Amino acid sequence: MKYLDEYRDAAAARQLAAEIARTTTRPWSIMEVCGGQTHAILRFALDELLPPEINLIHGPGCPVCVTPLEMIDKALAIAARPEVIFCSFGDMLRVPGSAKDLFTVKSEGGDVRTVYSPMDAVKLAQDNPARQVVFFAVGFETTAPANAMAVVQAKRLGLANFSVLVSHVLVPPAMQAVLASPDCRVQGFLAAGHVCAVMGVEEYTPITARYRVPIVVTGFEPIDILQGLLMCIRQLEDGRAEVENQYARAVRNEGNPAALAILKEVFEVVPRKWRGIGEIPASGWALRESYAAFDADRRFGVAHITADEPAECIAGLVLQGQKKPRDCTAFGTRCTPDHPLGAPMVSAEGACSAYYRYRRG
Amino acid sequence: MSNPGGIDFSCPIPIVEHSTVQLAHGGGGRLMRNLIEGLFRPAFAGDGPHLPAHDSAVVEIAGGRLAMTTDTFVVRPLFFPGGDIGKLAVYGTVNDLAMSGARPLYLSAAFVLEEGLPMETLRRVVESMAAASREVGVRIITGDTKVVDRGHGDGIFINTAGVGRVMPGLDVAPQRVVPGDAVIVSGDLGRHGMAVMSVREGLGFESELQSDCASLAGLVEALAVLGHDLHCLRDLTRGGLAAALNEIAIDVAVGIEIRQAAIPVSEPVSAACEVLGLDPLYVANEGRLVAFVAEQAAEKALEIFLRHPAAHCPAIIGHVGEIHPRMVEVLSPLGGRRLLDLLSGEQMPRIC
Repeated sequence: MKYLDEYRDAAAARQLAAEIARTTTRPWSIMEVCGGQTHAILRFALDELLPPEINLIHGPGCPVCVTPLEMIDKALAIAARPEVIFCSFGDMLRVPGSAKDLFTVKSEGGDVRTVYSPMDAVKLAQDNPARQVVFFAVGFETTAPANAMAVVQAKRLGLANFSVLVSHVLVPPAMQAVLASPDCRVQGFLAAGHVCAVMGVEEYTPITARYRVPIVVTGFEPIDILQGLLMCIRQLEDGRAEVENQYARAVRNEGNPAALAILKEVFEVVPRKWRGIGEIPASGWALRESYAAFDADRRFGVAHITADEPAECIAGLVLQGQKKPRDCTAFGTRCTPDHPLGAPMVSAEGACSAYYRYRRG
Repeated sequence: MSNPGGIDFSCPIPIVEHSTVQLAHGGGGRLMRNLIEGLFRPAFAGDGPHLPAHDSAVVEIAGGRLAMTTDTFVVRPLFFPGGDIGKLAVYGTVNDLAMSGARPLYLSAAFVLEEGLPMETLRRVVESMAAASREVGVRIITGDTKVVDRGHGDGIFINTAGVGRVMPGLDVAPQRVVPGDAVIVSGDLGRHGMAVMSVREGLGFESELQSDCASLAGLVEALAVLGHDLHCLRDLTRGGLAAALNEIAIDVAVGIEIRQAAIPVSEPVSAACEVLGLDPLYVANEGRLVAFVAEQAAEKALEIFLRHPAAHCPAIIGHVGEIHPRMVEVLSPLGGRRLLDLLSGEQMPRIC
């Protein structure tokens, strides 16, 4: 496939792996931030191509995994209401809340639908004027522009029966939280290429300066990831700590101005809870007051719902890269994709699920 | 739990048992397997021998062996590029019979119709079934019709049951799979699932994806010359190649190793899967099978596939091994290995 096969080329991958081996003189721990990168690494077994000195740490960049329990509980409460059509991306449907998941709500009679775009939910609201259509707006900077666009569109159309349950999170504050932890072992980052395609790369410069870590904006194909690793290892070996862009075919330094404009119009930065990490200041987006009419949290009075997350699994340590999924005593036994103890086992992008699917043997 | 960083680690409570039927119980993955092995099989199996599950059952009768199977068809939309529910209802049952090495003979057809269904729609479906059964050479000889209140069905549900005669000289069953067997797929994967998804979800891909919906009976008849070297056949429906290989690896306690680069997937399917974050190895097919063939007969088998019109880009994709029993391993084109697991239910498109 054009623009894809060349980034999965075996000969090019072997060359890059050899170059990484030549460049590496001592152990380095590098975190790939995005869950999509974690999956590519395990799916193509890229870690097996690397020298033993390179330790890859899987980061918190899985939107399903970091959505806090109380947000899932709010979604469940709203989805169970008879007047509601609750729309979500597919992989949120299996994430367990305090007592059940969205699939269970659906089997109990809730009208829960999988959509591929928030605009599908807007269309549903137009087609079903007697129903309340709610879209579960989760994800990082990547999914936010389309969700913002849906809200703007709903306002333009005067749709009184459309709202969004917003649980947007931001990558740079999470990277800072990882770096600020006293147990942090991360020495360099592969930043999430698609997040940077929206946001640009400038917000990473203060992080490299403050924590002295190289950050390489990286794509998602095997060749991208190996190239990103090589760039990061070169910086580490040279003692440099800069922002570099491996994914220049998709990422401009200034990001996507149209997306940034609509994000600014619709959202404001707020503190946000992260599942497994806790609250991080200025780490999420919520609807601005001017769009409060589309806030499902207010419309359905679920703001009071909170959930204490019982500390049974090591999801938090896994999400911060301090433990590997296999370090967990429940991994593959009491915790499996059928009976997940933690969100990283649920999501296709979660580190535990990736290890379970590709590395159980 | 707490740590010196003051970060609060947390985790959700597990959902241990489902007290209601979930969609995933019909998804061809682990939940469906649990339902069959945990409820249906213990209730119905009695004291008979516990053989690995297969697409159809084979019983001895005077004068030969009879294969019997049944399948129920629920698909939305009823008509999709490359097929419709009527064709599926004939081919699906015919293919399940063929997977036991049987030549399909007779089918039953039972309809559950929803009040208000346009008669023209029903007529098109029935004509399609008639054409498909003529093509295969199987006769529909009995049937049933029920109508349910509007809103209590999805237009048309069809159940077909079928019987066929197992071809002499063949013994095609999971328990015959042994280490060394070649694993051969009859064609490119994922067409049916992606074709149905493209119309159901209104995804509108640039090139139209056509379902692979077709009868495999003729192909299996051609393979019959392999005789006892033909060890097992499985059609790749729900759950795709990954489900079929996992079922056999688990039931027969063998390890299966396949090479990613050898697996045929057409470019439109591959592109659509990339866009949606799906793996074509888990996507449904309706006209593809995987064959387990004795090592020494692998090339001969491939020749038969290559010559048969029901096969499209057939390929030897791997072999049965002795290490890692009950697991399916995929060799990455870049050199590493990964596990190909059975999914919990259906694949879900990813967020980003």
